[in-house]
Amino acid sequence: MFHRFMRRHDTTDIVMWLIGFGLLAAVIYGSFVTLSSGKYDASVWLDFTIFGLAQGSVYALIALGYTLVYGILFMINFAHGEVFTGGVFTAYFVAIALENSGFIERHWVLSLLILMAVAMTVSVLVAVVLERIAYRPLRGAPRLVPLITAIGASFFLQYTYRGIYGSGIKTYPDFPALDGKLNMFGREWPILTVQALVIVVAALMMIFLYWYVQKTKAGKAMRAVAEDKEAAALMGIDVDRVIVNTFALGGSMAGVAGILYALLFKQVNAFMGFIPGIKAFTAAVLGGIGNVPGAMLGGLFLGIVESLGPSLILDGLGIPSPYQLKDAIAFTLLVLVLIFRPSGIMGERLSEKKA
Amino acid sequence: MDKELKFSWSEILKFGAIAGIVAIYVILVGMVEAFNDRYIISETVTLGQIALFSPVFLLGYFAADKARQIKSTGFAILSSALVGLVGGIFVAALLFLGANINMRAVFLNVSPDLLKILHLGQETMLGAIAANLIISAIVGLFGGLFALTPHKWSNALLVGLSIVLLMGIMQELMTITFGSKDWYKPIGKFIYAQKGLSWGGAILFLILGAAYSLWRGSGKFRPAAKVAKMPAKQRMTVSLTAWALGLIILLALPKFLGSYPSEILTTVGIYIIMGLGLNIVVGFAGLLDLGYVAFFAIGAYTVGVLTTTGKLATVGWSFWMALPIAVFLAMFAGVLLGIPVLKMRGDYLAIVTLGFGEIIRVLVLSDWLKPFIGGAQGILQIPKPHIGGFVFKGPQQMYYIVLAGILLVGYVAWRLRDARVGRAWKAMREDEDVAEAMGIHLVSTKLMAFATGAAFAGLAGAIFAAKLGSIFPQSFNLIVSINVLSLIIVGGIGSLPGVVVGALILVGLPELLREFADFRMLFYGALLVAMMLVKPEGFVPEKTHARELSEKEPFAPEIEPEAPARETI
Amino acid sequence: MTTETKSKFILETVHVTKQFGGLTAVKDLSIQVPQKSIYSVIGPNGAGKTTFFNCITGFYKVTEGDIILDGESIVGLRPDTIVKKGISRTYQNIRLFQNLTALENVMVGHHPRMSAGWLGAVLNTPHTRSEERKTREMAMELLAFVGLKGYEYELATNLPYGQQRRLEIARALASEPKLLLLDEPTAGMNPSETEEMTEFIDNLRKELGITVLLIEHDMRVVMSISDIITVLDYGEKIAEGAPDDVRANPRVIEAYLGRGAATQHETQAAA
Ligand SMILES: Nc1ncnc2c1ncn2[C@@H]1O[C@H](COP(=O)(O)OP(=O)(O)O)[C@@H](O)[C@H]1O
Ligand SMILES: [Mg+2]
Repeated sequence: MFHRFMRRHDTTDIVMWLIGFGLLAAVIYGSFVTLSSGKYDASVWLDFTIFGLAQGSVYALIALGYTLVYGILFMINFAHGEVFTGGVFTAYFVAIALENSGFIERHWVLSLLILMAVAMTVSVLVAVVLERIAYRPLRGAPRLVPLITAIGASFFLQYTYRGIYGSGIKTYPDFPALDGKLNMFGREWPILTVQALVIVVAALMMIFLYWYVQKTKAGKAMRAVAEDKEAAALMGIDVDRVIVNTFALGGSMAGVAGILYALLFKQVNAFMGFIPGIKAFTAAVLGGIGNVPGAMLGGLFLGIVESLGPSLILDGLGIPSPYQLKDAIAFTLLVLVLIFRPSGIMGERLSEKKA
Repeated sequence: MDKELKFSWSEILKFGAIAGIVAIYVILVGMVEAFNDRYIISETVTLGQIALFSPVFLLGYFAADKARQIKSTGFAILSSALVGLVGGIFVAALLFLGANINMRAVFLNVSPDLLKILHLGQETMLGAIAANLIISAIVGLFGGLFALTPHKWSNALLVGLSIVLLMGIMQELMTITFGSKDWYKPIGKFIYAQKGLSWGGAILFLILGAAYSLWRGSGKFRPAAKVAKMPAKQRMTVSLTAWALGLIILLALPKFLGSYPSEILTTVGIYIIMGLGLNIVVGFAGLLDLGYVAFFAIGAYTVGVLTTTGKLATVGWSFWMALPIAVFLAMFAGVLLGIPVLKMRGDYLAIVTLGFGEIIRVLVLSDWLKPFIGGAQGILQIPKPHIGGFVFKGPQQMYYIVLAGILLVGYVAWRLRDARVGRAWKAMREDEDVAEAMGIHLVSTKLMAFATGAAFAGLAGAIFAAKLGSIFPQSFNLIVSINVLSLIIVGGIGSLPGVVVGALILVGLPELLREFADFRMLFYGALLVAMMLVKPEGFVPEKTHARELSEKEPFAPEIEPEAPARETI
Repeated sequence: MTTETKSKFILETVHVTKQFGGLTAVKDLSIQVPQKSIYSVIGPNGAGKTTFFNCITGFYKVTEGDIILDGESIVGLRPDTIVKKGISRTYQNIRLFQNLTALENVMVGHHPRMSAGWLGAVLNTPHTRSEERKTREMAMELLAFVGLKGYEYELATNLPYGQQRRLEIARALASEPKLLLLDEPTAGMNPSETEEMTEFIDNLRKELGITVLLIEHDMRVVMSISDIITVLDYGEKIAEGAPDDVRANPRVIEAYLGRGAATQHETQAAA
């Protein structure tokens, strides 16, 4: 039995499991200590969870861009975080104009729609141009080549935004209608209006996307190309167009995600997309990259873990200022998933390697 | 469709529009303004103007190059000028808009200063527009003419112009370095004006560069081939002499150059060490490690913690005692971090290593580890290394430690490259499954690459800490990993000389151009994209060994006195 | 390349089954390959031949069954361990290390028989040097043996198709195998190239004395050189025996002419 086991697994596997179980034990122990100390009461946990859901919705929308592109081209569009930035950052100037004219106060819904439209347009534009200039010529190149290109594009875009729009942090205008707790059906709910809005809009976008991919002709073509490019081409599908569509779709999700992010966190700058981008990628991997519902769930899950983790786990371990380590939690989660379930929680469709 | 018609007026519009958009990009992103004080040729050409007009030049070149293949030469020249004109219209339009509406609320760089630059010395708006159109058309035309010049000559011109540009940029450095030397004074007076090259200097360098290029192109300049033809004994002497000479020059460099250039060289050198390490991981083994900076940080912090005499003082070791620990810890971390990630697919590995780099950064900054490594305040008072009474107090002395590091690490990399291990790495890079089926144990082979690369980075980090005397978390962000990646890609993935060339260009040049700092990452990003699209093998590609010498003497040592297989055949 | 033999059969597979999800690519396949023979596995495209190879070389985990090399079970071992035990292979669609030279490709093939490590390479120990030199000499000889003399420093990717096939065989031979697995070595070749390759394989056994397990979908290639032939169809063995017996077997004729005839034509057209 043991002999048979050792044949397939070497010492590195064991080290991996040790690392994994060690971390798992730390998580359980930390949570246990925190919970039994009763430092936080139930309403605090609820707040954390709702905040996690809201930021998770943003991650989920961005993650869709990674997953869609990966599903079709098997490449990580590393610059997707910058696709996201391009939209919100450009829309910022429109938002300021809207605020200065008093439009936001008078028609906040319309303002929001305008901002989303602007952000989506710019994000789609960035995504499509990126595909055309940087990725299309590299189709069929070894895997690392487009990835390096994407990394280059990511930095190029960050510093382009910085050069053009400036390096400072800019604060999005306030939407007075969204201040405070949600008041609806005659009572106050334990959720901020803005969080509720973010969650609802993200959910609508995801439903739309799911419908688009599953039901429309363009979506079916997308799935056909993801399945088998050559066969799809033989069936008369214009593969190039489908790929552009995919980038555009991912870009539009990122555009909306940008505005939601701005509503939640208020601040934008040229580099804002980088960390959320990597986290969204983590979410996509969590859900099984290439898997659309997986990316959505992965995003929500990551958002919640990130929001609960510092207080729940790190606090219990006696680590000071646990919130500083928020980002480390997301990355640790990524590593753990890739160790224990590289195909993600929902599974990824990838066949056994072929010889 | 008739091929003849392929290059038409609409094509010219397209090329012109691209030139115009790129020029507007260059303006909006702030380069024209930032580079405008940097004169290349006295009172005439600034780097800002070069940035402004190079898009039309390039697209004029491409347009003529394309047109010439299907249409007459005359048409090609005409089209390049028209492309320039169209590009100029875009810039003129921006100028007009900028002067009449306030674009600055959004586009930070459209300042009065910028508009003044875009006026190109003309007083009136009309004059400025005309000047833009005319100059753009002329520059486009030059681009076209350049495309039509026979390759040999255009190449010579290109080399000449590059030398002029380089020497123009180096003015400050030259003055700082040699300004007080007697032999330099008359030379400096001749080649440089108040700002930038004098006309005499510019012409001199243009001719020198072009002549050099023509001479090399003539085929008379082939020292390597000449040496290869010599009998073995003589070849040995020649290469030994070459090595010795090279070494002497390297040793004498800091004394000769002085403090500031030595400072630049040590920085470049530290990047060379890291580049050689990442080159093993990425170039040989094909593992894209984006968290490479983590090992650099571990090396630096180990030396910091073990040697500092400041608030965080621990054991207070000497640099030399801490150094092996730093290298070992970095290597150990490489193995430890390597184990979980090395079973992943290539692209996942990139992201996960990036994640590791970020985790390290977050940890370094955290309050949690602050009592040990200082958090955002970093570690101060790291003593300078010394041997007996000799203290490596400044860049001129640290240079030697860096040089020793490069030689050591370069030697190791060179040995590994052609050994069993190196071949296994390369095989794995080419096709992992087949490599495994050829008997290569993937995990341990990858770990070896990872650990070697990490050890090199640890060494670089250790030297870095000693050089600066204090370390802060900001020095260890993702940008460092990207810089190193960029330099090995520019040099040529897998190529050892490429690392040196890449580091000199990507780390050395920006040090000379301080106004460039803001655009550094912009350029690196663009460079990565452009290299992958146009020249994925890099500028100094890895030689397929002995191929150029293969016919007669397959195992002629290249220049190394100790060739591995001299005795064969 | 003399190895002591422990068993009459160099390779035995015992009821090997490989499933991909619902698809059974190889079903209950048992073969016995005698020492120093040329043993062929043939069958129409998609019959499961390559999958069978992948099971033997450890690329795939078998779903069921055992694989015995020279009296020792190798099932469940990693591919790199299996090469060390003495099986090496080529691929149906050539998989060379494209950006390495021909010589380097062959030298990589010798990897499992070398021992120099990291430290040995850096210190350039006498052992490393002599091992490196011997490997290089051996690789040169092998290249000459497969007819690639003069191409040692060519990148694999720059070699013409037929030479790439030979280089792949040289690389496989460099690991000093007891058993060589060739997956459709004549795929994509014209009739005269095919003939040449067939002779070459025959030579392998004569000159080097190794056992060859050969995959083909084209029956004619193997008839002249094989000692034993196993015919696969839909992953199952439908016939086994000497070439003449197999040729006359009605089930084989059906598999090839009935369903297989069309595929056969296609592949020939493609080639
Ligand atoms: N990695 C895999 N995943 C799923 N199915 C596979 C895989 N490899 C082979 N198959 C299937 O197994 C069957 C046998 O394939 P193969 O062994 O390549 O046939 P042959 O080599 O005889 O032409 C085919 O139907 C093929 O589609
Ligand atoms: Mg097959």
